[in-house]
Amino acid sequence: MVKYIGKRIVYMFITLFLIATVSFFLMQSLPGSPIASYSKLNETQRAIVEKKYGIDKPKPVQYAIYMKNLAKGDLGTSFAFKGKSVNDLLASRIKPSLILGAQAMVFGTLVGILLGMLAALKQNTFWDYGSTFFAILGISIPSFVFASLLQYWIASQWHLLPVGLWNDGWKSSVLPSLALAMGPLALSARFIRTEMIEVLSSDYITLAKAKGANGFEIAFKHAFRNALIPLITVLGPLAAGLVTGSLVVEQIFAIPGIGEQFVSSIMVNDHATIMGTTLLFSAFLIFIIFIVDILYGVIDPRIRLSGGKG
Amino acid sequence: MRNEFEHEQLPQEEFERITIDSDQAERIEKPSLSFWQDAWLRLRKNKAAVVSVVVLLLFLILALIGPHLNGHAGDAQNLRHANLPPKIPGIEKMGIFDGVGNLAGKKVDLYEMKKVDEYYWFGTDGLGRDLFTRLWLGTQVSLFIAFVAAAIDMVIGVAYGGISGYYGGRTDDIMQRIVEILIGIPTLVVVILMIMIMDPGIMAIIIAISITGWIGMSRIVRAQTLKYKSQEFVLASRTLGSKDGKIITKHLLPNMLGIIIINTMFTIPNAIFFEAFLSFIGIGLQAPDASLGTLINDGYKVMEHQPYMLLFPALVISILMIAFNLIGDGLRDALDPKMKD
Repeated sequence: MVKYIGKRIVYMFITLFLIATVSFFLMQSLPGSPIASYSKLNETQRAIVEKKYGIDKPKPVQYAIYMKNLAKGDLGTSFAFKGKSVNDLLASRIKPSLILGAQAMVFGTLVGILLGMLAALKQNTFWDYGSTFFAILGISIPSFVFASLLQYWIASQWHLLPVGLWNDGWKSSVLPSLALAMGPLALSARFIRTEMIEVLSSDYITLAKAKGANGFEIAFKHAFRNALIPLITVLGPLAAGLVTGSLVVEQIFAIPGIGEQFVSSIMVNDHATIMGTTLLFSAFLIFIIFIVDILYGVIDPRIRLSGGKG
Repeated sequence: MRNEFEHEQLPQEEFERITIDSDQAERIEKPSLSFWQDAWLRLRKNKAAVVSVVVLLLFLILALIGPHLNGHAGDAQNLRHANLPPKIPGIEKMGIFDGVGNLAGKKVDLYEMKKVDEYYWFGTDGLGRDLFTRLWLGTQVSLFIAFVAAAIDMVIGVAYGGISGYYGGRTDDIMQRIVEILIGIPTLVVVILMIMIMDPGIMAIIIAISITGWIGMSRIVRAQTLKYKSQEFVLASRTLGSKDGKIITKHLLPNMLGIIIINTMFTIPNAIFFEAFLSFIGIGLQAPDASLGTLINDGYKVMEHQPYMLLFPALVISILMIAFNLIGDGLRDALDPKMKD
């Protein structure tokens, strides 16, 4: 186990190192320069600006400097935001993203689990078909379509909640969280339904019934707990979906979060910020997958870690 | 009581003696079904999948002929006809799709006001382009990207996974180490980075989507290859002198075909989503090309005043995604022998 964790940690760092390297050189080959907006500058001024941001040196030197700073946790200086450090920039924007992500995750999985259980316990009834249909909708409809429709009807037609921005307390977070929650909701509903149906047909459930346990007890105490374990495996895809979703949903609702930052940095060719955000997203997702693999091995010893999913 | 009595009264000549034909005793009444016939029967019983196939075929046909249906070209701009709401002949009398839109908070028949005689079934955009034509042109592009990306994923994934699993040993070791590193890189990040360094366009999107898309397929194919290559029928074939190529094409691939099809079926909606996603955040297709993503993006910008511009493409993409997912589900249930009842 310790050996496995050690190996995985080494892999995580290799992956991050590769992402950093590849994205650094991809950034360099991008069409358009980060200082394109300084085109009015003359040669001397341009040289001063380039020196200030360290882009006057040869590429390999820039790379070495970037990697050295990265090892210390320094993501460099933003080109677009008047010399602000990328670390500060991201730190100031992480809170809304975290709040939305957490709310979407908690709300989505809870409701999803309930729907999935309902569907499994009342198999082949109206409830089953209803929640299965709902889950298919949640999986199929892209988050940005759902987000724009929510914004159109609930915010701009019925004026129930703010159209966007992050200045109205919890009210601002309701619609974006809902839009983000659709994915986790649908995924966990489907997953729990399949697992519950499988568990409900197993011998120990028959035994519990024979013993005289009532339906509620069987559903929650016996079936649900065993159906819940495999849900951990979808945590990885869920987190990836949330990050993807946050890019568009934050843009739609004008939330000052990491996703919105990423998209706007791409638009202005702000290399340092794009790289910083890329690394932050990657680190987050790699870490989640790592945790999932470890947790899975701990919870279910039947899983052979050596063959664990990467 | 009375009935039983009647039976006893049946006349002798009503009965006929039969001879037992030993040839017929072993006859099988129902023709035995091949795996694919069996799967087809199961798929046909799945109502959701059948409806989805019909809807999908309808959309495919519309995507092909839709742009030519109403005589408006997709890139023809006519500023005099800009921002017209939908108007469909026949249905207009029912009070919907009658060309009535909002103008400064009042309901006005914009067609009458602008003296437009033509019908724009799904309305026009800010440049006066016909949205019905553009919608199906966009669907065409989105589907094209999705199909090509899924095909590339399938070819690379099957080849990579097959080679890795079949040859095993050192080859497998090296190939799997590479996959282990690649799989750690979030798809989204790779796709966005790739798309940024390439010239925007259909090819760039396809390459960006396929660059990591094949990994899932390769892992599944590798696992399947490992499972089958150690089974007796492969050993038997090898003993009879079959070459690797024949074993792969005759024995391994036919067995894996089901799972490959299922996986490809789920790659398609994924590719549709990624294309739309990229176009929506503004780094996908560039104007004047249209895809479902760019149409949704255009519609989103003006949804306050011309909600129909968002609604139609949003509906089409949602229905397409639902149909593909339902067909994928249906195929999985039909082809996966574990679910066999």
